[in-house]
Amino acid sequence: MPTVVFHHPDAPPDVVEAPAETSLMRAAVQRGVRGIVGECGGQAMCATCHVYVHPEYLDELEPIGEDEDEMLEDTAAPRLERSRLGCQVPLDDARPEIHVDVPQTQV
Amino acid sequence: MERVVVIGAGHAGVQVAASLREAGFTGAVTIVADEDHLPYQRPPLSKDHLHEASAPLPLRGRTFYEDNAVELLGGLTATTIDRARNAVTLSDGRILPYTRLVLATGARARCLPGVDEAHPGVHQIRTLADAEKLRGALRTARRAVVVGAGFLGLEFAAVARGKGVDVTVLEAGPRVLGRSLSRRWRPTSGRRTRRTGPGSCSARASLTCSCAGTPSKGCGTSGTFYPADLVLWPWEPTRATTWRGRRVWRWRTASSSTRTCAPRTPPSWRSATARLRRPEPGSIGCLESVQNATDQARHAAEVILGSAGPYAAVPWFWSHQGSLRLQIAGVRGPADATVTLGDVDAGKFSVLSFRDGLMTCVESLNRPADHLAARRLLGSDHRPTLDDVTVPGFQLKAVAAGLAPAAT
Repeated sequence: MPTVVFHHPDAPPDVVEAPAETSLMRAAVQRGVRGIVGECGGQAMCATCHVYVHPEYLDELEPIGEDEDEMLEDTAAPRLERSRLGCQVPLDDARPEIHVDVPQTQV
Repeated sequence: MERVVVIGAGHAGVQVAASLREAGFTGAVTIVADEDHLPYQRPPLSKDHLHEASAPLPLRGRTFYEDNAVELLGGLTATTIDRARNAVTLSDGRILPYTRLVLATGARARCLPGVDEAHPGVHQIRTLADAEKLRGALRTARRAVVVGAGFLGLEFAAVARGKGVDVTVLEAGPRVLGRSLSRRWRPTSGRRTRRTGPGSCSARASLTCSCAGTPSKGCGTSGTFYPADLVLWPWEPTRATTWRGRRVWRWRTASSSTRTCAPRTPPSWRSATARLRRPEPGSIGCLESVQNATDQARHAAEVILGSAGPYAAVPWFWSHQGSLRLQIAGVRGPADATVTLGDVDAGKFSVLSFRDGLMTCVESLNRPADHLAARRLLGSDHRPTLDDVTVPGFQLKAVAAGLAPAAT
């Protein structure tokens, strides 16, 4: 199963294994990773599953969709080049590991 | 020791526990849940969850409850509240003393006479069990009748149509989504919904249903008989907060707090239908949304901790129906003036509402940028005026971009 490593600003990282196709948000919420809220349930409507993907994985991800792009404009923490919504990033068996930073705030 | 007891484990009940702990509350926190699942997200029940058997998305992982010392009592209901002794009796006979009590029980579907709710072909969507029963029924259903053209009914209708089910939506009011959208939406929402969603919309039907006879049932409305093998009775909430059938809590209307007006009653409120002061002084309304549940919960936690200011969150809401993506920010009033921005024929537009010249609400169809800008603007001191938006080239996004970042 693919592994996601959630790096926190002020705490040790959470290492989460989840089946492929699971979204990064769902993997985090199911494990109770702090700082990932997912308030709308994965509909790209609330921008509370914002993560900063480590640069070396960015090219492997599907491009940002129109809705996600709009929602990223409204994140609580600043949008960066490597910002994504966790609900729009599915895990993939072809990518055994991905590292992301959890922003300071989501709400 | 302080002990907060929360009755109800929906979005609001879980959020109040989370907000208390995030703010450093050190007393005991207990959530009483009538279902025996880990508390879960409700919005997917009428959308993704009808498509495929998937595990429900928990509101928080199991470790959240352990790590934060939040006691979760599942499969139990509260049967009595003893306000004199500050204690709740549960269905297993146990008595929970509290120093603060939070009611977050959500709403129940409105019951109308003549509907046999126990009939196996009559469905609701409120719980995970409801959604799973409905998903099972959709495998074999051929004709479905949805009573009420509200959000849940139309979301279900869009899914059912996608599965090849012939759907008829019956609506007692004159238009689709009449309780939720401004009148400006009448022609468009009806047309779009018919095209991509339900099979037909029957306005002004009087809602008396008879569900006698198996396997096929019918809904009789205004003398017309609609045969169906699946009847959905969506979750349209009852208006009063009731406790064991009696209305016991009244909401304070003169302030924008979530407290009940009973003396010595701690902060309490209904989750998805918390009553919120509308912009008109003294009037209140019901808002059934995740945003309202969670923001009211955050506020209630602040009330418990003594740190709350006035409740001022901007209400927002969304619905997916097939390819339609509807988003609402703010609360419109019945007499608000409206202006439409965007391309109605292309199905990408927003209806802006104004009261006393100031923007109150933005309803957007497939225009997420307008929605996000509206949320920021409505929460700021710089709401656009009616004069602003009639200037050619006006864009909500451009105005919102001029706000300071902290204004969200």
